[in-house]
Amino acid sequence: MQQIIYFFQKFKYFLFFLLLEFVALFFIFNNLSFHKSKFINSANSITGGLYYQSSNITEYLNLKEENKLLAEENTQLKNLLSKKSVNLDTKHSIVLDTLHYYQKYSFSTAKIINNNYAKDFNFITINKGENEGIKKEMAVINSRGIIGITEHTTNNYARVQSILNKNSKINARLKNTNYFGTLGWDGKDYNTVQLSDIPRQAPIKFGDTIETGGRSTIFPEGILIGTISKINKGNSADNKVDITLFNDMSNLGYVNIIKNLDRQEIKQLEKNNE
Amino acid sequence: MNSSLRLITMFFGLLFLQVFVLNNILFLGHINPYLYIIFVFVYPLKENRISFLFFTFLLGLGIDFFSDSGGTHAFSILIIAYTRLFFIKLYFRKVATEYAFFKLKSEPFGKRFNYVVTLTLIHHLIYFSFANFSLNNILDVFLNTLFSSVFTLLLYFLGSYLFNKTE
Repeated sequence: MQQIIYFFQKFKYFLFFLLLEFVALFFIFNNLSFHKSKFINSANSITGGLYYQSSNITEYLNLKEENKLLAEENTQLKNLLSKKSVNLDTKHSIVLDTLHYYQKYSFSTAKIINNNYAKDFNFITINKGENEGIKKEMAVINSRGIIGITEHTTNNYARVQSILNKNSKINARLKNTNYFGTLGWDGKDYNTVQLSDIPRQAPIKFGDTIETGGRSTIFPEGILIGTISKINKGNSADNKVDITLFNDMSNLGYVNIIKNLDRQEIKQLEKNNE
Repeated sequence: MNSSLRLITMFFGLLFLQVFVLNNILFLGHINPYLYIIFVFVYPLKENRISFLFFTFLLGLGIDFFSDSGGTHAFSILIIAYTRLFFIKLYFRKVATEYAFFKLKSEPFGKRFNYVVTLTLIHHLIYFSFANFSLNNILDVFLNTLFSSVFTLLLYFLGSYLFNKTE
């Protein structure tokens, strides 16, 4: 017994050091896995609140860019609307029975209060949380394309796993085809992401547009991602293609969060099949 | 009392300086100084190290909270906090009775330079290895370590030169 006490006496600093290091390691490993990251994140009320204050100040620096984005999005929406009105003129497409109208997605707005893009595992903090109905695993986009997936929420804030995160895996496809691949990031350039596992027979060309595939319950179909900037010739197993993003990930302001209203039902169905 | 108050101010000062100013520099796209580690250099040398280890851990964890990096900052700053004594013995040749009178400022520049550079390099190397978390981009880890260390050290020596001048 005395030996043990003596041992603890002698090595107390080293043991304390080891204990703290294990705590830190525990946090590191938890942070790497999408489903366990609960403890250390910037979405809690203290860090979130401070980031909110600081973003209130720095927001003014990006007003010009933000205005341009809004104008672009308005043009895009007006173009869509003008296409629609042609269709509405025909007899059968007017929806009179609103009871049978079926909404699949609902959108809400949030502001980015902290944005990382220079690390290997990047996260974004937004100023909406559970109080506004934001939950885990919802899509985050802006008018130019995808940004990430919500990963952890508190009452007023949420943490988003950016597409610039080595753990990020998103279903994507060539625009207007059904050739699917997985979108990931290699941690190098914040303007470039990688699309892998796309079939060999797919007609990929330089400059082709890539959009979300709609095979997951998170992202709706057809949200823009980027254009193909490099095709790797040769026989690598995963057939990787470099994609240049439409979004400038270093300069993000307001975003949309998409809630899939069918998600519960689809998950339930998939669970039954297993 | 006065000295502990100074330490608390320094703790929060360094924390906020790091997360609100230095984390946003991103020189050439990705190079940041990590100046918060000077907490380890400035913290007075005492016989009892439990509180020192604990506070450095808290500082690292605070930075982690803000920058969404899990526990990587806490892990790497703890390592230099624990090995600090070893390097003080190695470079300055101090014995336990001299700890209370040890002041980094009054040591000759050459020894101080070695000490600070060694600890900074160790910290940055461990931090970037964990932040990268794979063996694929090992060259990037070394380059990041080198550039960030130069940046951090430049800021530290400029800062210490300026602050010592006024006293």
